[in-house]
Amino acid sequence: MEKWQNNKAWFLVLPAFVIVGFNAIIPLMTVVNYSLQDIFGPGESVYVGLEWFKEMLADHRLHKALQRQFIFSGLVLLIEMPLGILIALAMPRRGWGVSVCLVTLAMPLVIPWNVIGTIWIIFTRPDIGLFGVGINSLDLLEMPFDHTAYWLYAWITVMAMEVWHWTPLVALLAYAGLRAIPEAYYQAAKIDGASGWSTFFYIQLPKMRGVLTIAVLLRWMDSFLIYAEIFSLTGGGPGNTTTFLSIYLVMLATMRFDIGQASAFSLIYFVIVLLFSFIFYQALLNVGRGEKV
Amino acid sequence: MKIQKRTIALCIYFGLLVLPIYWMLNMSLRTSADILGNFAIYPANITLINYINIFTDHTWYLAYVNAMIYVCMNTVFSLAFALPAAYAFSRYRFLGDGQMFFWLLTNRMAPPAVFLLPFLQLYGNMNLLDTHIAVALAHCLFNVPLAIWILEGFMSGVPREIDETAFIDGYGFPRFFIIIFIPLIRGGVGVTAFFCFMFSWVELLFARTLTITEAKPITAAMTRTISATGLDYGLLAAAGVLTIVPGALVIWFVRNHLAKGFALGRV
Repeated sequence: MEKWQNNKAWFLVLPAFVIVGFNAIIPLMTVVNYSLQDIFGPGESVYVGLEWFKEMLADHRLHKALQRQFIFSGLVLLIEMPLGILIALAMPRRGWGVSVCLVTLAMPLVIPWNVIGTIWIIFTRPDIGLFGVGINSLDLLEMPFDHTAYWLYAWITVMAMEVWHWTPLVALLAYAGLRAIPEAYYQAAKIDGASGWSTFFYIQLPKMRGVLTIAVLLRWMDSFLIYAEIFSLTGGGPGNTTTFLSIYLVMLATMRFDIGQASAFSLIYFVIVLLFSFIFYQALLNVGRGEKV
Repeated sequence: MKIQKRTIALCIYFGLLVLPIYWMLNMSLRTSADILGNFAIYPANITLINYINIFTDHTWYLAYVNAMIYVCMNTVFSLAFALPAAYAFSRYRFLGDGQMFFWLLTNRMAPPAVFLLPFLQLYGNMNLLDTHIAVALAHCLFNVPLAIWILEGFMSGVPREIDETAFIDGYGFPRFFIIIFIPLIRGGVGVTAFFCFMFSWVELLFARTLTITEAKPITAAMTRTISATGLDYGLLAAAGVLTIVPGALVIWFVRNHLAKGFALGRV
């Protein structure tokens, strides 16, 4: 659709700009300000330039947290995207089943994030949890399942929680994409004698490209920002094995009172996220263009 | 045969999806002593004691009321700010529109943890700490961009000829927007309201940081219970079950638009 050229449209954007800017720009400037100072107490601070940035960039705990974050977000995409698409393909297209499926799928998405953590604590604890007690009674594992005791179990629990929580989002997006495909495409494929696989690869997958790009974008970003679920499930432990970026940042900011250091970290974190946002945004724009041609 | 295999797989998946929620429901219907004493797949002696505890203790039930208040406020704010902006993005080209849209989106992507300390200071300086409006305003940071994103998708689906006809018929912009345009995309507005409601309802970090007692929401009340009194699993589970209820109700109302809404109106 050709848009009208009119700079007065700014007046319509202004209220949103003001409210978001108030919440985004002032705090961001505050963080920039802190990151350049060493603060001892109220009113006592020394300008330290880029010292905090140098220190944070060399901080090996930050490197570890970043590494974990990438592995985690990568795994999230690898598991959730195919699984979500499979679920969407298996869902009924009409009838009463549709509503039931949609409502059930959306359930985990409206549960407060720390309650998600609570649910999984209750579900996986080795003394009272269905999963914990169940898997331990099978007696297959060398050491009894306890996500607070062993890093691998902690990771399995965190991944299970994440997949449980967010795969429905991918499935809902893929389902929305599938429903938008006109019936005529399937009829044509049938006449041509196309197999299920080729229908998927040549019709369904290309038609879902737009929504799947949104899914990848949202899942990558949100898994990069994950905090409350993991904070209430593992608290970043055992040791630091599930300490992802947000958890490490909050730890720095609230527990050790190193405001300057935490601010420098915040800005580094923000720049990383911004970089990815930009890449994904460009990808999204290109998908939009491709469809219009 | 193939269809049946699919259905079975789907049923297994949905079973796994519901299982953790069921387990919490199970726990919420038992006393703590019962939970720790014996393991049971289903509650043998159903008790509502946990729910009664919550509904008779004002620190608990007020926490629900608090959360509902700021979530509703935030939904109204987000829609009010996002509707005109989304219209501008869907209809006009203007100086810096692309950059503006991207900047708004980056706020949806910004790590909340980054804003934690400055928010505490900002809202502290305005004497808004521990008020509902502080949380409602803070949640605008990510909900306004999201609302603009979704609404823009829905608005772009409305042909521009409608706007042109209305303007020729002598409608001014405000009257056209409220009387003609918004009713046309009411499905989209409903879905957007749902998303604002949902993301404000599930958020913990800001809500916990900006509140102390007066406006403390249920999510924060739960984390404090864990640290203060040890773990009363029954009570915790009951509080958790109650946090799912509002979301589940809202889903039911928007179920037909849900899939399209998650695709940000772009299918």
